Amino acid sequence: MKMMNKLLGAIALSLTCSVAIAAGSDYPWDKAPDKLNDQAALQNGAKIFVNQCLNCHGARSLRYNKLRDIGLTDQQIKESLLFTGEKVGDLMTIAMTKEDGTTWFGAAPPDLSVIARSRSKNAGPPGGDYIYTYMRTFYRDTTQPTGWNNLAFPNAGMPHVMWDAQGPRELTSTLIHQVPKDGEMVWEKITKQYGTEGYWTAEAEILDNYSGAAGETHTFKPLDPRRAAQYDRDMGDLAAFMTWMAEPSQLKRKQIGFWVLVFLGLFFVVAWRLNATYWKHIK
Amino acid sequence: MAGEKNVETTGTLGWIDQRFPLTKMVKEHLSEYYAPKNFNFWYFFGSLAMLVLVIQIVTGIFLVMHYKPDAEMAFDSVEYIMREVPGGWFIRYMHSTGASMFFVVVYLHMTRALIYGSYRKPRELVWIFGVGIFLALMAEAFLGYLLPWGQMSFWGAQVIVNLFAAVPLIGPELAIWIRGDYVVSDATLNRFFSLHVIAIPLVLLGLVVAHIIALHEVGSNNPDGIDIKEKKDKHGRPLDGIPFHPYYTVHDIMGVAGFMIVFMAIVFFAPEMGGFFIEYNNFIPADPLKTPPHIAPVWYFTPFYSMLRATTDPFTWVLAAGCVFAAASLFLKTKGLAKFIVPAILIAVAVSLRMIDAKFWGVVVMGGAVVLLFFLPWLDYSPVRSIRYRPGWHKWLYGIFFANFLVLGYLGTQPPSDAFNLMSQIGTVIYLAFFFLMPVWSRMGTFKPVPDRVVFHAH
Repeated sequence: MKMMNKLLGAIALSLTCSVAIAAGSDYPWDKAPDKLNDQAALQNGAKIFVNQCLNCHGARSLRYNKLRDIGLTDQQIKESLLFTGEKVGDLMTIAMTKEDGTTWFGAAPPDLSVIARSRSKNAGPPGGDYIYTYMRTFYRDTTQPTGWNNLAFPNAGMPHVMWDAQGPRELTSTLIHQVPKDGEMVWEKITKQYGTEGYWTAEAEILDNYSGAAGETHTFKPLDPRRAAQYDRDMGDLAAFMTWMAEPSQLKRKQIGFWVLVFLGLFFVVAWRLNATYWKHIK
Repeated sequence: MAGEKNVETTGTLGWIDQRFPLTKMVKEHLSEYYAPKNFNFWYFFGSLAMLVLVIQIVTGIFLVMHYKPDAEMAFDSVEYIMREVPGGWFIRYMHSTGASMFFVVVYLHMTRALIYGSYRKPRELVWIFGVGIFLALMAEAFLGYLLPWGQMSFWGAQVIVNLFAAVPLIGPELAIWIRGDYVVSDATLNRFFSLHVIAIPLVLLGLVVAHIIALHEVGSNNPDGIDIKEKKDKHGRPLDGIPFHPYYTVHDIMGVAGFMIVFMAIVFFAPEMGGFFIEYNNFIPADPLKTPPHIAPVWYFTPFYSMLRATTDPFTWVLAAGCVFAAASLFLKTKGLAKFIVPAILIAVAVSLRMIDAKFWGVVVMGGAVVLLFFLPWLDYSPVRSIRYRPGWHKWLYGIFFANFLVLGYLGTQPPSDAFNLMSQIGTVIYLAFFFLMPVWSRMGTFKPVPDRVVFHAH
């Protein structure tokens, strides 16, 4: 029995431990606010999604009227989310072809139906955190074809579509690392500043008596903090909506699951007592 | 009427029994099948494997009603099942969770067989059919994994089918023949679908029936590894046996209840199981032009995948040295014709280990790691079956073997690195040595006396 417990423990351990694989960048994700149960937030996220994303990106697994699940009526969907003669029962497809997308952006903008699920990390943070981070880490960079770059997805093909909603920002990136100097390793700090127009300046300094770790930090300075704060809230709503959209049944799933487990718990007690009743005669 | 069978039953049952051995079968396999009364926790997993098989077949039938085996439509049809088919998400999650839980249950079932010596005479065929089921299950899981047509489906299949290209002479043609194309494509998807829903399930069901018939012919082993048929009462019933029905049916119902709590907790609250039961990358549609940075098979294949990756060119020196060592010791130990033939074959293998590409040997090691299991009944020379009566250090050997298997599994999920590769190679040596040296170590040490009757504590 002891050995069995050890084995089962080892199996459980092997299932849970894994080193997350970074997809291109190791920029740490911000935790998206948990708004999956907040219908107003989901509806706001839906509005942003349909207005801003659903021109280049499709969501071909989602029907407009599925939004009834987050509290919208068919009438509301028709009035505020349908623009070009779609029907409420239509799938969220777009007119842009994959070929055009590839020509215009270098890579066709992916369909976003299940993007939130696909970006989750093994035994790590959910994909909603990635979306929340990605949408909030754009910075002006004149070296990029679109004029925009991104910390969570360096060299992203997508420009900062909602730049006006976020307002101008400056980025300060600080890299502390070791470099060789006169035959020994010394700590160097490189500070790189991106202005609102995307031109950058950098300065390097040698750190004496530095005892910390190597690493890179990034700080954004919004020039219009109120607009930026509202944008953060909106992106939280968008991340929540896209998390919901990746699996619309997830809330119902957990509700049903609770009752299923209650039933199975009772069933187990019955099965356990039934078993004991039969087995008490076996000596 | 002439030729009518004499049966004890009357009425409808009697009518049936005259035409079909219903009562006889129920007695043989349930009410008068005597199983040892000392089964413990490990003995739940046989019936649970059967339960998961039924879950997979039933949910599979419903999935096939809505799934489209077409490279253009497959990915979206899975999302269609998840969103538009009433209860579709539940059916799909049952099937995806069932796939992983099938392996959890089967691995535990095999562990039980290993530690209690359930493969030993006279249960060799029970074991062989069982390993056959394991092989069929691996094929079934591999083929089924292509169907969602996500990135991991596509590239996993690409990697595994490419392995066949390493076979000398016919390799490249063989790989094309399997795919039906030069790369994994719509043709591959269609044939994998056919094999997944028809061919392999038929084989699997046949093997399960054979497994159970063979088991009921020889009777179940038990944690003490004692033959309960040696001590019988005056009616010829084993003293330590109890009828399977009702005692083990109610017992297994309890096991099912406990298992279903775990199973449904996963289905409803963690269907991806942190990316191990449903890989997150598989939510990206298959793209033949974009190779993912890290391709890992699903967790249940990773121990064997580690062994494949461990077999690098330098590592074939280690394998060749092992062959030479085995040839030398067999030459010294055996007599007669085998003294020359077996070592000669081993030397030939050692030479070809260095002549043929290491990639091919990786495939051989990976496949061999499973095929080796077939020979287990003839590798174990221990005088007792159960681990309970083996020398203490045997328990450590088994402990190392199981821990090693888990470590190999973990390594298989990780991107390759020098340190991990070395660990995989050591792990592979441990895995192979455990079996190949079993004829030697299994008879060594002081064995404890085996009791006459099973150890049983009343509930």
